[in-house]
Amino acid sequence: MMSVRSTIAAQFEQVATEQKKTLAPLSDDLVLLESGLDSLCFAVIVARLEDALGVDPFSAAEDAEFPVTLGDFVRFYEDAAK
Amino acid sequence: MPQSDRDSLWNLVSAAGRLSDRSLSGANAKVALGDLVRGSSLGGRLEELRGRSVLVATRDQLTAALALVELDGVARRVVLCPPDLPGEHVPLVVATAAADALVTDRAGPEAGAPGVGCVVTCSPNITPTEIERSGRFDTEWILLTSGTTGLPKMVVHTLSSLAGPIKSGDTLGSPGVWSTFYDIRRYGGLQIFLRTLLGGGSLVLSDAQESTGDFLIRAGAHGVTHVSGTPSHWRRALMSPLARRIAPQYVRLSGEIADQAILDHLQAFYPEARVAHAFASTEAGVAFVVGDGLAGVPASLMGRRDADVEMKVEDGSLRIRSARTATGYLGSRGEALADADGFVDTGDMLELLGDRYYFVGRRGGIINVGGRKVYPEEVEAVINRHPRVQMSLVKARKSPITGAIVVADVVVRSPAGPSGAPAGAAALESEILDACRRALAPHKVPAAIRLVPSLDVAASGKLARLDA
Repeated sequence: MMSVRSTIAAQFEQVATEQKKTLAPLSDDLVLLESGLDSLCFAVIVARLEDALGVDPFSAAEDAEFPVTLGDFVRFYEDAAK
Repeated sequence: MPQSDRDSLWNLVSAAGRLSDRSLSGANAKVALGDLVRGSSLGGRLEELRGRSVLVATRDQLTAALALVELDGVARRVVLCPPDLPGEHVPLVVATAAADALVTDRAGPEAGAPGVGCVVTCSPNITPTEIERSGRFDTEWILLTSGTTGLPKMVVHTLSSLAGPIKSGDTLGSPGVWSTFYDIRRYGGLQIFLRTLLGGGSLVLSDAQESTGDFLIRAGAHGVTHVSGTPSHWRRALMSPLARRIAPQYVRLSGEIADQAILDHLQAFYPEARVAHAFASTEAGVAFVVGDGLAGVPASLMGRRDADVEMKVEDGSLRIRSARTATGYLGSRGEALADADGFVDTGDMLELLGDRYYFVGRRGGIINVGGRKVYPEEVEAVINRHPRVQMSLVKARKSPITGAIVVADVVVRSPAGPSGAPAGAAALESEILDACRRALAPHKVPAAIRLVPSLDVAASGKLARLDA
């Protein structure tokens, strides 16, 4: 089974290809808004991750701040999947 | 309608105070209102546009803003072309509006519009000049909104219908530094533009070429106090490491359903701000603003006859009647904007839960992706062109990023493969998606396709669409 991290990375790459976006190299400190993906890309990624991982932390989070970097994003999903 | 005795926008701006302290700022230029009222952004060529139907088709919001201040009262009609107006729709817009002049900030062959002879360039470099400014026309302001077929619908407003929601003395008319993630050539952005001009404030305009981060830095540097955008705009801003560069006193959401999560996130992130969500449509105008921090609309706002805006829920959808409503559609083949009693059916479906109404979606399955409308029929038409597709149903899936995204259920003609799924399902899905990507704007392309054995057809013979 793929880890949360690798599932996320695969979705970033898949959606970037589909939407013809140039994806920045994926690292934990990559700022999401500088990844080359737009809001629509993130909407698609979040929907597909919900199907793949069974969680949508964006809809669930009450106090948590929105993720800013890819590292935040991965933790956001890892925490929700616990 | 010539010889109106009302004040033009230019007259109203000129008569206001503190003009030298107030400005309109774009990404590349800033114009003080004090300079604008003593000069012209149109190189002194305003008189050539008198009485004309003028397309305002600029790249920058700032040049459009400057031109609008000058054209109101002088032009017979102004058509606010949004920056993403597809080139193939321009001839239709020109013909429908009987446009005989164009204001642009582009140069060269890009600057033209077919069949429009009079082209005037607009620039943020204000030329000092004395111009006869008396308002002679009750100028029609034409806003474009997308229609069922993907062709633009042209909605007719006047300065008085547009400025109807702006009252002196209320928050929204207070002199502050306003900004908006919207484009001012759309209803939501235009409201903020007019509030700034009529309410005594300054305005920081966004720019399509600028990143969210750069915009936040610039807005922060101008000390913005009032900021508006869709829930999708705000979710994106909250994902920026630069979101704390702005410290707004007032945060406004409109254009999409504001859910409790985004209201809570914004209030937590900007604890000093008053967070409010508003409902407006291009046709019906601003209907209400909710400022109690809760999603949904208090049911007590419905059915009040004494209010500036009358609202009711009929057949599940929100109906609005007020002086802020548009006059009608331009060039529509008899399509009525309001019913016989003057109510506009917004097509937004409400559900009563306790003492509040909540938005549950759009009639006819229209999908709102980050503030942009998608008509399912348009997407289905593309999917159905694939030779192996028998029928398809395009619908919304909830998204915490853009409010909704587009997904499709597809029934395939060919016999099932051994697993029960249609043979070559994965290849077929990607062929359909490729076709969608070629024919449709990215926000209209389904995020996921599900192959299903059948779709419900209602007694009417139409596809069964949920109204939510």
